[in-house]
Amino acid sequence: MITKVRPHLSPNERLLFERSSPGKVAYQLPKLDVPAVDPGRVLGSENVRADIEGFPEVSEVETIRHFTRLSLWNYAIDHGMYPLGSCSMKYNPRVNELVARIDGLAWAHPYQPERLAQGSMEVMARLEAALAEITGMDAVTLQPAAGAHGELTGILLIRALLEKRGNPRKKILIPDSAHGTNPATAVLAGYTVEPVRSTSAGMLDVAALEGIVDPDVAALMITNPNTLGVFEENIVCVAEILHAKGALVYMDGANMNALMGIARPGDFGVDALHLNLHKTFSTPHGGGGPGAGPVAVKKALEPFLPVPRLRRAGKKWAWDYQRKHSIGRVRAFYGNFGVFVRALAYILAHGGPGLRNVTLDAVLNANYIRKKLEAYFDLPYPAPNMHEVVFSDERQAEKGVRTGDLAKRLIDYGFHPYTVSFPLIVPGALMIEPTETESKHELDQFIDAMIAIAGEVERDPETVRAAPHGTRTSRADEVTAARKPVLRWKSA
Amino acid sequence: MRYLPKSDFERCEMLEACGVASAEDLFSHLPEAVRLKRPLDLPPGVSEYEIVQYFRDRAAENANGYASFLGAGVYSHFRPVLVDTVVARGEFLTSYTPYQAEISQGTLTAIFEFQTMICQLTGMDVANASMYEGSTAMAEAALMAVRVTRKGRVLVARSVHPEYREVLGVYAKPQRILVEEFGYLADAGALDAEDLESKMDDQTAAVIVQSPNFFGIVDRVKEAAEIAHRHGALVILVFTEAVSLGILEPSADADIVAGELQSFAISPSYGGPYAGIIATRDKYVRQMPGRLVGQTTDTRGNRAFCLTLATREQHIRREKATSNICTNQALIALMATVFMTVYGRRGLRELAGQNLAKAHYLASRLKPRFCGKFFNEFVTSTGDKAAEAINKALLKKKIIGGLPLGRFYPELADSVLLCATEMSERADMDAVAEAFQ
Repeated sequence: MITKVRPHLSPNERLLFERSSPGKVAYQLPKLDVPAVDPGRVLGSENVRADIEGFPEVSEVETIRHFTRLSLWNYAIDHGMYPLGSCSMKYNPRVNELVARIDGLAWAHPYQPERLAQGSMEVMARLEAALAEITGMDAVTLQPAAGAHGELTGILLIRALLEKRGNPRKKILIPDSAHGTNPATAVLAGYTVEPVRSTSAGMLDVAALEGIVDPDVAALMITNPNTLGVFEENIVCVAEILHAKGALVYMDGANMNALMGIARPGDFGVDALHLNLHKTFSTPHGGGGPGAGPVAVKKALEPFLPVPRLRRAGKKWAWDYQRKHSIGRVRAFYGNFGVFVRALAYILAHGGPGLRNVTLDAVLNANYIRKKLEAYFDLPYPAPNMHEVVFSDERQAEKGVRTGDLAKRLIDYGFHPYTVSFPLIVPGALMIEPTETESKHELDQFIDAMIAIAGEVERDPETVRAAPHGTRTSRADEVTAARKPVLRWKSA
Repeated sequence: MRYLPKSDFERCEMLEACGVASAEDLFSHLPEAVRLKRPLDLPPGVSEYEIVQYFRDRAAENANGYASFLGAGVYSHFRPVLVDTVVARGEFLTSYTPYQAEISQGTLTAIFEFQTMICQLTGMDVANASMYEGSTAMAEAALMAVRVTRKGRVLVARSVHPEYREVLGVYAKPQRILVEEFGYLADAGALDAEDLESKMDDQTAAVIVQSPNFFGIVDRVKEAAEIAHRHGALVILVFTEAVSLGILEPSADADIVAGELQSFAISPSYGGPYAGIIATRDKYVRQMPGRLVGQTTDTRGNRAFCLTLATREQHIRREKATSNICTNQALIALMATVFMTVYGRRGLRELAGQNLAKAHYLASRLKPRFCGKFFNEFVTSTGDKAAEAINKALLKKKIIGGLPLGRFYPELADSVLLCATEMSERADMDAVAEAFQ
């Protein structure tokens, strides 16, 4: 029985362009205090556009209703749990939104004089130091805009170090359980990709690794805990194998929520890693971004970090652009500063002991779900799991119901689906990460929903296969969307 | 702790269900060698009140109450109140990437509207759901042009934002793409077409130009495009001041447009987060990086939107993807969408007109260094005075002056780049003009 939700009405809403009607406005500009100029005269008439054809013309009240109505069609963390594995969808504290909007921070121009930007620079310095302590690394750059951008930065740093040692090398080793961004990043950084297989225990195959680490290998990109939620127990040995051959270890820090205050990548052999501030450090996902992907490195990589770097000059902070080994900059300005403010607010709120408690609760929640669901779903890798747990749809597939169907049925029970069909090494994967910000009540409701769906698969598989039933939009025809792309509105 | 929703009693119940005595026991499989044997060296957690106070104190160490004439890629425009009203809604703020179309129609619909409005503004056929920001959008556009043309060289105008060009170099190097620059005219401040022509060859994938360019000049895109197309290269048109799109004719000659939307109600926020875009012609869509939303129908026949053409992306194609980008700038793109809606068809034009008027008023009291036509930024020489001295005098009047250009252009060491927007007041502009006398 579905107990968490029941249907209510949600308004229909046309697109802005269908709502438009000539002459409506939602703005008023102040009166000009300087003479108006003739655009044709100062820009040249050939450069002046006559109109912005099709652009919206709506009133203020219609604007707010439009976007409010659209918002009602979204699921969100504020509605309930997002059991998305490797995404750490946790509560986004609202004080973080408030402090990011304080005028002196929000209106700071990146080129304003350094002595009038000391507050922003202090925020960045403090965040860098906190992230270095949490990861056990020596230096941090905040410049990358997201996780994948951090990966690119990290691999370019490794490339620069190896180049300085005489040879950038050719290959990046990537486990078969890795996120898709890892191989895409390696190629963007000019490397080829060689996969490394996992053992039946769900960990990197050390023997296989030893056989393939040769002088062409620049680095291993590893996720730890990996995408099965399993801690790579041989990580120290793995790092030694790489280091013995002059290669480096890059860690995808997407799963850092499992390690805070417990273990530090810098202490187990990692040379560089990125963090996702929009995962571990609670900055809102915003429907797909913005995030931030700071990169933390060991000393050997520090000279290559992007410019500019923060430097202490007496009692003030200054930007240092004169760093001859730097890879250069990976974006304009200094990074997604507004995201740094939110992440630092989160770190200040928890403090050192609090961050450890975050990890303890996150791992407890995942283990609780595992314990309650392992009688109903196949658990392909029985190794102890940390902050997430991966089941497979093996039992349900016998009834013709796949992981994607189970996920869609979860929507009818009032939950966002878990991560579907990933990692690729688990056929029909259900990848579940609750994070620490779910109450026992919410977890119990989720567990009840999953058990109820497992029961439906036995009794009435068709209901599950055709789900969701309760949403205002049913399954979208993604095949036609891709075959005949309609990527913008056009007037009929 | 206020962000952790369990009581100790509930924790005990859950530990018992897991068959362990304490949460630490859940980590007993971790090898001794990897464990942190001391507490993190970070102070204990603080209250909400103390967090607010900490950031108010930091904000007080920044500029407060200054009028600013800085532009150079980041512009001070008024932010309509509706923008934050909309993005503060938890349904947008705290939602995930809209992979699950049935419960993400709000985000998907807004992105579809965003893509449409970017097409209307740029004159392109298709726009993506956002890139990180302008400089990486430009670099990814260059990689896209290399894939389309299968050529390995890129020519970029020196009048393109210097930091954007630095990023291009970083992205191009591991791909062994050759990046070369061509100059600008010392009198007009526009790109030097002769220099471009002399450097052009048939192995050039793209010619990158910015308009309005870094000096604020409406650049000679048509001339550059004629040369580029004659040699089989694509034209990448970059913009950093999106408000200019309200009044400038979109280029009919660009093949890819890469730009920065910070001007559309996105706080300067010391450099980010902003939102970049890539827009292009239909025929190049499959080489485009980034997410795309498309229109389709659901099983009941209703209009629905979903992420589409994902076979370009890393989570499907892995090492064969068009880019590694995953998380983009969705909420920032939503800010821009609300901004575009509030100003709309008339308002964006009027806003651009006010920017034009303000900048030309300021310029009328100074002598622009270049004779090219400009939008809301221009370069002026500081004459006998040092740029730093002028700016120092202005700071005493609570005015942040223009950007000294020597750091980026040694030949313009005696010049500053000044920007005026609808927020620049006449009295402050008069004070700036006087400081140059």
